[in-house]
Amino acid sequence: MSDVRVLVGTKKGAFILTADGKRKSWDISGPHFAGWEIYHLKGSPADSNRIYVSQSNGWFGQVLPRSDDGGKSWTTVNNKFTYDGIAGTHAWYDGSPHPWEFKRVWHLEPSLGDPDTVYAGVEDAAIFCSTDGGQNWAELSGLRKHDTGPKWQPGAGGLCLHTILIDPTNPQRMFVAISAAGAFRTENGGGTWKPINRGLHSQYIPDPSAEVGHCVHRLAMHRSRPNTLFMQKHWDVMRTDNAGDQWTEVSGNLPTDFGFVIDVNTNEPETIYVVPIKSDSEHYVHDGKLRVFRSRTGGNEWEALTRGLPQKDCYVNVLRDAMSVDSLDPCGIYFGTSGGQVYASADDGDSWTAIVHDLPPVLSVEVQTLS
Amino acid sequence: MIRVVLPPPLRLLARTGPEITVDVSGPVTQRSVLDAVEHRYPMLKGTLRDHDTQRRRPLVRFFACEEDISNDAPDAPLPNEVAAGKEPLLVIGAIAGG
Repeated sequence: MSDVRVLVGTKKGAFILTADGKRKSWDISGPHFAGWEIYHLKGSPADSNRIYVSQSNGWFGQVLPRSDDGGKSWTTVNNKFTYDGIAGTHAWYDGSPHPWEFKRVWHLEPSLGDPDTVYAGVEDAAIFCSTDGGQNWAELSGLRKHDTGPKWQPGAGGLCLHTILIDPTNPQRMFVAISAAGAFRTENGGGTWKPINRGLHSQYIPDPSAEVGHCVHRLAMHRSRPNTLFMQKHWDVMRTDNAGDQWTEVSGNLPTDFGFVIDVNTNEPETIYVVPIKSDSEHYVHDGKLRVFRSRTGGNEWEALTRGLPQKDCYVNVLRDAMSVDSLDPCGIYFGTSGGQVYASADDGDSWTAIVHDLPPVLSVEVQTLS
Repeated sequence: MIRVVLPPPLRLLARTGPEITVDVSGPVTQRSVLDAVEHRYPMLKGTLRDHDTQRRRPLVRFFACEEDISNDAPDAPLPNEVAAGKEPLLVIGAIAGG
């Protein structure tokens, strides 16, 4: 039977939660990197013992640990992220030019086939790649140097590249998302990039249908359908079936279509999950109820999943990198909250249990299915 | 032998106790001491000063002999007591937030 390992990044350290395939009884280890903000940690699909971590804080900056033994021990690798060439400027909140400055790594995406190759999405928005296990980083600067780069503006959390999806059928094709620039696609391994935001409508920018400027919060893909992407935008849940060339809104009957996370059931490519958040000024769940909404139709028709989740006086948030799915059947779904709970479902979302209740605020959740 | 006291987050990173020692050949300055610290503990590179500009990170402070020397020139001599190993160079995370 497979085991699962849930990697949890929090405001004050990382935690590793492990269970067998029943997903009923959990062992908790941590805090790892106690006191540091762990924006993200993720294991390599090619070697589950290889785990990359983004460790940072406001005083001492970015650090990048790596484990080669499944999180039992850690080695610090290179934390030098230098923009390629003259960094130039992007747009600040008020539209004025602002120098591009590295702040932190938001997301680490290991290659699907090579444990030594890993991509890093950073703030201010750029994508870096290491092909030697994090010992050296090089920017894939075709993204930041896109003609629209000087127009990119930060979202409330900064100008962050937070989502990296690799096409399982073609590693030369990747998708990224940037708050608040939008989604981009490369067909040549990151050499050149194309904005893929047609169909998005954002009323908080002067031209609501502009080529860039959309605050995309998260993208998700099922590994069997790399042309179909799902998006949780600042407002609106969207889908595309042509790799981002055209998006369609699928918010349907959601109580609010603001939110951060979105993910796809491993075994059902049209079953997707979101956690609606009340609004952009009230970052907590709607009506005081923590509800995951599931659509089995790829959007538009949503059902509230509530069993095991608090249904009164709950005002937590679920951040963009804080949901993940395992590869078992039925699919396990995991998410963490700003209140420090990590919830798990071992039955496609029908019921939920808190694995832990009282961690620091959760920033990210990833799960590894270990065979 | 120069004594350097690290703040708790960096002790965790460098896997040391509160105080480390480094040897510096030549003038004892912020720059030469930090060079020696980073040479011995490479995991601290980038945490005290910027990789490229070598400027002190904004929320990192340096104290010595009950003085804040954070804004002294990187090549200015450190106090004689620090150079003699009688007093440590204190690396402090500035008070900010909770």
